[in-house]
Amino acid sequence: MSGEHSSSEVAVRVRRLEERLIGAGLTDDTQLDGIIGQILSGSPANGARVVARAWVDPAFHERLLADANQALGELGLSMSTGPQTQRLTVAENTPTLHNVLVCTLCSCYPIGLLGPSPSWYKSEAYRARIVREPRVVLAEFGLTLPDDSEIVVHDTSAESRHMVLPMRPAGTAGLGEAELAALVTREGLIGTAAV
Amino acid sequence: MTGPRFAPGDRVRARSVDPAHHTRVPRYARGHVGEVVEVQGTWPLADERAQGFAEPRIEPVYTVRFAAEQLWGPPGGHWVQVELWESYLEVVA
Repeated sequence: MSGEHSSSEVAVRVRRLEERLIGAGLTDDTQLDGIIGQILSGSPANGARVVARAWVDPAFHERLLADANQALGELGLSMSTGPQTQRLTVAENTPTLHNVLVCTLCSCYPIGLLGPSPSWYKSEAYRARIVREPRVVLAEFGLTLPDDSEIVVHDTSAESRHMVLPMRPAGTAGLGEAELAALVTREGLIGTAAV
Repeated sequence: MTGPRFAPGDRVRARSVDPAHHTRVPRYARGHVGEVVEVQGTWPLADERAQGFAEPRIEPVYTVRFAAEQLWGPPGGHWVQVELWESYLEVVA
């Protein structure tokens, strides 16, 4: 398994690898910069917009759960920003069901909707433990679920990507779509926070 | 290619394998029985893509739900959903 991704040593190794690939004629700096630009263009603000729309528009909510890729297009978003189009499924939290995402094999993540993943998402500790004791791990994130709440851990092991649709917080009836979107966090979209 | 072999509700077992090459069957799921939740569509088999096959097999990918107790033993109490290519799965009698 890959461990932490955080040292300048890694950056040096990545650059060496890039130079070998460029030297072999497999890619060039322009193409690599393009891919990195696409990755960095993703942001949790995109996922938050999707959630806020689903909270205020029941018909959109229904379309989002039925065919998320299609529904994203209505907001000008797409799952085609990477090398291949990914299928998106949206997992809806309810008072009795909580969803949380992981990629135990590596670090698969809906980058276009959530931006680059947090370092803990790629850590061996999170990947190993969330599938085994999600209730304990979520409590460590500050999210204590009711004892009778069902938990589904989604292991992103193939070519689909997932996003969690959190529950709309109580007391937000008067808020507009943009204000609602501002309440949604990256962790809420992964499932390690309530919203 | 024929249609998907499994349908939602089918009980399936993740094959107990230990290939020398890349695979996408998480080790914790190998040999365990789960239930098909959804047929996701078809994708090139990751194992063959990773080996550089010019024409990797195209197979259905399924979302399969495992009970935590089945994977890890008691107390369990949650579900783990894993995405598995068809050739990773076998019929449970």
